[in-house]
Amino acid sequence: MSVYNESRKNVIKLVFIGLFVVIIFRLFMLQVITSKYKVLAEDQGIFRKVVYPDRGIIFDRKKNAILQNTNISDLMVTPNKLKGIDTALFCKIMNIDTAQFKKRIVELIIKNGRSRPSVFEPLLSEEKMAVISESLYKFSPAFYLQERSIRSYPYEAAANVLGYTAEVDTTFLRKHPGEGYVAGDYAGMTGLERSYEKVLMGERGIEYWKRDNKNRLTERLEQGKYDTIAIAGQNIYTSIDIELQELGEKLMKNKLGSIVAIDPRTGGVLAMVSAPSYKPAYLTGSERRKHFSELFLNPALPLLNRTVSATYSPGSTFKTLQALIGLHEGVISTDTRFVCSGAFYGCGSGKPMRCLDFGVFDLRNAITVSDNTYFANVMQRVINNPKYSSPQVALTNWDNYMYAFGLGHKLGIDLPSEKAGNIPTPNYYNKVYGMGKWNFCTFRSISIGQGEVDVTPLQVANEMAYIANKGWYYLPHVVDSIEGGDKFGQLSKYKKRIRPTEIPDSIFYAVHDGMQGVVDRGTGAGAKVKDVVICGKTGTVENYYRGVKQPNHSFFCGFAPRDNPKIAIMCVVENSGRFGGTYAAPIVGLMIEKYLKDSITDKSRLDKIEQLSNLKLMPSRILQEIKRQDSIRHLKDSVYLAAKGFIKAIKDTVGLDDDQPDKDEWGKMKEGRSKNPDSEKDSSELKQKAILLPGKKNYLPNKSNPKTNNH
Amino acid sequence: MYHKRPDITQNKDWKIILLYIVIAILGLVSIFSVEFRTNDDFFPSFFAFKKNYSKQFMYLLGCAVIAIFILLTDSKFFTATPNLLYVFGIILMIATFVVGKTVNGSKSWIPLGFMNLQPVETCKIFTSLALAKYLSRSDTDFLKSKSQLIASAICFLPAIFSLLQNETGLALVYFSFLLPMYREGFPPVYLVSGSFLGILLVLTLLLTPTQLIIGLTILALLAINSLKRKIRRKRNIMTTIIIVWLASLFFVGLAVPFLFKHVFQKYQTERIFSMVGRDNPYDTENELDNKISSSDNKKQKADNENYNVKQSKIAIGSGGFFGKGFLKGTQTQGDFVPEQHTDFIFTSVGENFGFVGSAILMVLFLTLLLRIVLIAERQRSTFSRVYAYCVAAIVFFHVAINICMTIGLAPVIGITLPLMSYGGSSLMTFTILIFILVRLDADRQMILR
Repeated sequence: MSVYNESRKNVIKLVFIGLFVVIIFRLFMLQVITSKYKVLAEDQGIFRKVVYPDRGIIFDRKKNAILQNTNISDLMVTPNKLKGIDTALFCKIMNIDTAQFKKRIVELIIKNGRSRPSVFEPLLSEEKMAVISESLYKFSPAFYLQERSIRSYPYEAAANVLGYTAEVDTTFLRKHPGEGYVAGDYAGMTGLERSYEKVLMGERGIEYWKRDNKNRLTERLEQGKYDTIAIAGQNIYTSIDIELQELGEKLMKNKLGSIVAIDPRTGGVLAMVSAPSYKPAYLTGSERRKHFSELFLNPALPLLNRTVSATYSPGSTFKTLQALIGLHEGVISTDTRFVCSGAFYGCGSGKPMRCLDFGVFDLRNAITVSDNTYFANVMQRVINNPKYSSPQVALTNWDNYMYAFGLGHKLGIDLPSEKAGNIPTPNYYNKVYGMGKWNFCTFRSISIGQGEVDVTPLQVANEMAYIANKGWYYLPHVVDSIEGGDKFGQLSKYKKRIRPTEIPDSIFYAVHDGMQGVVDRGTGAGAKVKDVVICGKTGTVENYYRGVKQPNHSFFCGFAPRDNPKIAIMCVVENSGRFGGTYAAPIVGLMIEKYLKDSITDKSRLDKIEQLSNLKLMPSRILQEIKRQDSIRHLKDSVYLAAKGFIKAIKDTVGLDDDQPDKDEWGKMKEGRSKNPDSEKDSSELKQKAILLPGKKNYLPNKSNPKTNNH
Repeated sequence: MYHKRPDITQNKDWKIILLYIVIAILGLVSIFSVEFRTNDDFFPSFFAFKKNYSKQFMYLLGCAVIAIFILLTDSKFFTATPNLLYVFGIILMIATFVVGKTVNGSKSWIPLGFMNLQPVETCKIFTSLALAKYLSRSDTDFLKSKSQLIASAICFLPAIFSLLQNETGLALVYFSFLLPMYREGFPPVYLVSGSFLGILLVLTLLLTPTQLIIGLTILALLAINSLKRKIRRKRNIMTTIIIVWLASLFFVGLAVPFLFKHVFQKYQTERIFSMVGRDNPYDTENELDNKISSSDNKKQKADNENYNVKQSKIAIGSGGFFGKGFLKGTQTQGDFVPEQHTDFIFTSVGENFGFVGSAILMVLFLTLLLRIVLIAERQRSTFSRVYAYCVAAIVFFHVAINICMTIGLAPVIGITLPLMSYGGSSLMTFTILIFILVRLDADRQMILR
């Protein structure tokens, strides 16, 4: 029988070989030709883990760390390990009820699955941390702590200079494409954190991890062969003197306003106080969101860095610059005298500008006593100078001086949200009054720093540095150097000495004389410091809010010592009433003393610090507003609700869109608000806030009438 | 008469033993790569015998002992006892219903303490021997339909029990006995039409009816064209082609849809389709749902059902030409492929060693099969030849279906890869099958009956 059917063995062999060929062909297609499965395998089997380096540390001029990192823990939970855990005890420790606990766990399971660790509670506060770590072993391994790095502030100062970091939102991501940010990342939002974000951020590392079918990370792919290592952010060294900064913040307590101190030799900012401020640590950690809305809703605007983002009329501090122009243009000499007979009558009709000190003044004395008439005359001569064919040309010339002194444009300090201020141009007046239908008298109040002129405190401090140096300055900046080099070329512009005009030293001497007189025997006597020759100038600035006159701002600016200036400083106390010499001058005096002598030991001076610090000069308008908000909060939680709608708006705007016109910012913010049921009330609140922001001032240029009593 | 020294090495086919060892070791290595993680300590985890690879190593040692026993057994034992063994196998199958243990929904295991025995696996050996015995009987005339019927009954009786135990996959293995029967003169019509139906069935799962009907028609036209001359001489060839064509159309267009719509339960149909990675096209409710509900739902549902096949294909497909390297497969290490150490062990080869490794493994199996056919054909006794073909058929069926299901060519029916998949039952069965063959082959000059 075996001989039969023998040929069938070939059929069988053929079937075997045929099917194996099909299989091998299919394998070839699957493994070599198609790439789909490789992509799928990588997607599910490999996890690209981003490793965040520590952010760079910020130091002050004496190498004290003023912004560093600290570790804080997240409480993590793995839901599928929860079995057998004493939930009741856990809830008691965490101070939550079991229903809440269950709800959170369910939410986490929906979000991340059962077997992947999720954040149960982020950024544990110190107290909670202490309680939990004690009994954590009872809830292990379902619960564990995971450390992460957050920003910490060894000194409770300079919040507005340092800025804060926050989670990036969609708007941020849209504006920074291709920079590697993803939702959930933190980035600097204001202050140095923002302007040096690239430097501080460091370079992110990427770790490739193997991932299993339950989405857990198991081990490094090929022992980390393809990983890139995270590089810590670069440390930066600032010119800030943290003790001076602290003193400044102490002096400005319970006041609105700011202090800017610059080292005229380098342009480095020594102190930059914006009052009111907040504890910088307030905006880190678990309560961040709550604190943020609180700060944002505060009508005193603690989040606003007034030194660069608020603009004021410069008032009498402006007169020093007018003196320089007058002398350089040759329309006056140091001996030119004008009579103050009670007011400036140079424009004939209309209300005259008053002057308080009757008599005849030369330039030095005019500065010392801050004589309005004198400087109205000077500017009148500048504008009506026959050298120029028309007031337009003369004003353009005057504008050029102003720009040279650093006014009317952003100085370019390394902080976000700097404002340009305003120096009126011929075009502006042509628009308002018609082509050529204006002359000096139209804007005579400018001569004494009122009217359309707007400056930031930083610009004034810089202008002091310019005068102190007798004709040159460095662009003011906070950061001196970056550890490991300035990779992004951010510092080069601060290394160039700027000498915008060639004004001879003799002219500066005259102005210095006048300014020394201000402190020695004039309006700024409050700034006097023993054994130090200080040159200064007071300013008492009239201001209006919605057409209603508000208490004057108190200004003082100056530099010291006169012969070898080491500090140029400017202080403004908003709506303090009284004169520039009353509040701002003694503050500046103490700041100068602290900086030049390193410490203040004299008893009477220490008392002076306490006295000024305890002085409450918060404008009543703000206090009323705070009171009103409180009562609303008591009534219902509407303010908080409003804040929720707002947070996004503020993130998008305040401090983030420095290049955008103010109008847009506010328009946006209103939009953000109008989604809220309380929108009407809210927007009125907003308008009230606007008082402190530029572009909303209500001075009345044409009808002006300045019954000005500047000192 | 001189006493013959019992020599275990005499006349043995070393090539097949070598192939056996190579494939078994490859299997062990693959199981190792599925379970071992680079941060594990090798020796403690190996000697704890908790891990599958160390257990499989023990099974291999046990199988070596069994193999030596078989080689020492007189080959007359295998020709003398098949009927008894077959009855014993059937009794085991029946006993399973009583003392069986349920694993993965099928009550087909008998717990033995040190391992679980699956009688339907071991019954393959007894059935092979019984079939060989029956066909080699001098009074069996396999050309008679009565003998053919009895032979078929011997083959399919265990399969019927297996079906009752809800082990469809293993029952299907018994179809492989058609191959030795074909070799012994079983009319090929049954075999051809059977496999044709099988292929058609799988194709109806993989393709839409329209595609199939077009394909079949083209095939019929091609057949008519190529057989023009013969048709001229013999009219009934033409009729046959047309009848086959019409029958296929009927099968594809009406019988299969009828089967899926009315005979099977909805979940069964779904399972069958998910085996090849497709949605159930006969689910009318589903169609309505789809129009209403979101496509997301549908997608997710399909994803869940096709998970095994999809993961298997991803693991194999991501291996590329040379593979990711031993212990470097991300899919294997991440436990993405379910049942990877047993039915899907091939995915570990495919991922770690790529196309090169997979192709080499395929060639190894093919060499084994062709070697068995060669051995079969050199036997002088019908018993040995039939038995050898039984072994070849079983191994072929297992390898072909197992590999095809991992690469999405066949439905997932839970058939192991011979000598490689983890499991004592399967490994022991194939060891015994192959070593009885080696033993019989050693006495190939004798006429065994």
